[in-house]
Amino acid sequence: MLNIINKSPLDRGSLDTCLQSAEGGAILLIEDGVYAATKGSVGEAKLKAAGKFKVYALGPDLEARGMADRVMDGVTVVDYGGFVDLVAEHKASQSWL
Amino acid sequence: MKFSILINEGPYTHQASDSAYQFAKSVLAKGHEIFRIFFYHDGVNNATRLTTPPQDDRNIVNRWSKLAEEHKLDMVVCVAAAQRRGIVDEGEAKRNGKDATNLAPGFRISGLGQLIEAGIQADRMVTFGD
Repeated sequence: MLNIINKSPLDRGSLDTCLQSAEGGAILLIEDGVYAATKGSVGEAKLKAAGKFKVYALGPDLEARGMADRVMDGVTVVDYGGFVDLVAEHKASQSWL
Repeated sequence: MKFSILINEGPYTHQASDSAYQFAKSVLAKGHEIFRIFFYHDGVNNATRLTTPPQDDRNIVNRWSKLAEEHKLDMVVCVAAAQRRGIVDEGEAKRNGKDATNLAPGFRISGLGQLIEAGIQADRMVTFGD
């Protein structure tokens, strides 16, 4: 399962809900969701504790927010082509809205 | 691979409409097929041809119409969501006694069955919203 999160953990509980409910697989952070993947953010500790997920973040959305050089270790940055590949690789995707 | 896309947010709101557009373009660039793009809830506002964004801003509605024309995309607007928000084609104008239409080129108004079919027929369904 590819879990897509598009809101900051400071704005919504969608990352928490995903981490509590999803059984594993991958998490793709897009839009304001990318803030969770930045060093020193509240999302960093949460994502580090959730080792069963492989975590990706959308590069263009990191760049749009000036966060491209603050990505935490263990997160793979992808472009929109990588986003498409992730959707294709996983049997289903869930947008946590 | 066949993709379907569901868009639940209007244009110029947060980022869902822009993300969905960039995603759709990349799906096509990668050689995949888009079975259908379905606009639901406030997403139906992507389909009004009456928007006039500033000249130096992206025109989200026209951008969808152009993409649909270039790639023969099936872009479907939910009829009940459209009626609530005043998105009208000629058939709906006649049926509901409206004096104008505003559905942008490349879109068509239909029912939720089209969303279910999109989920069944496509290999992958991705939702964008807020």
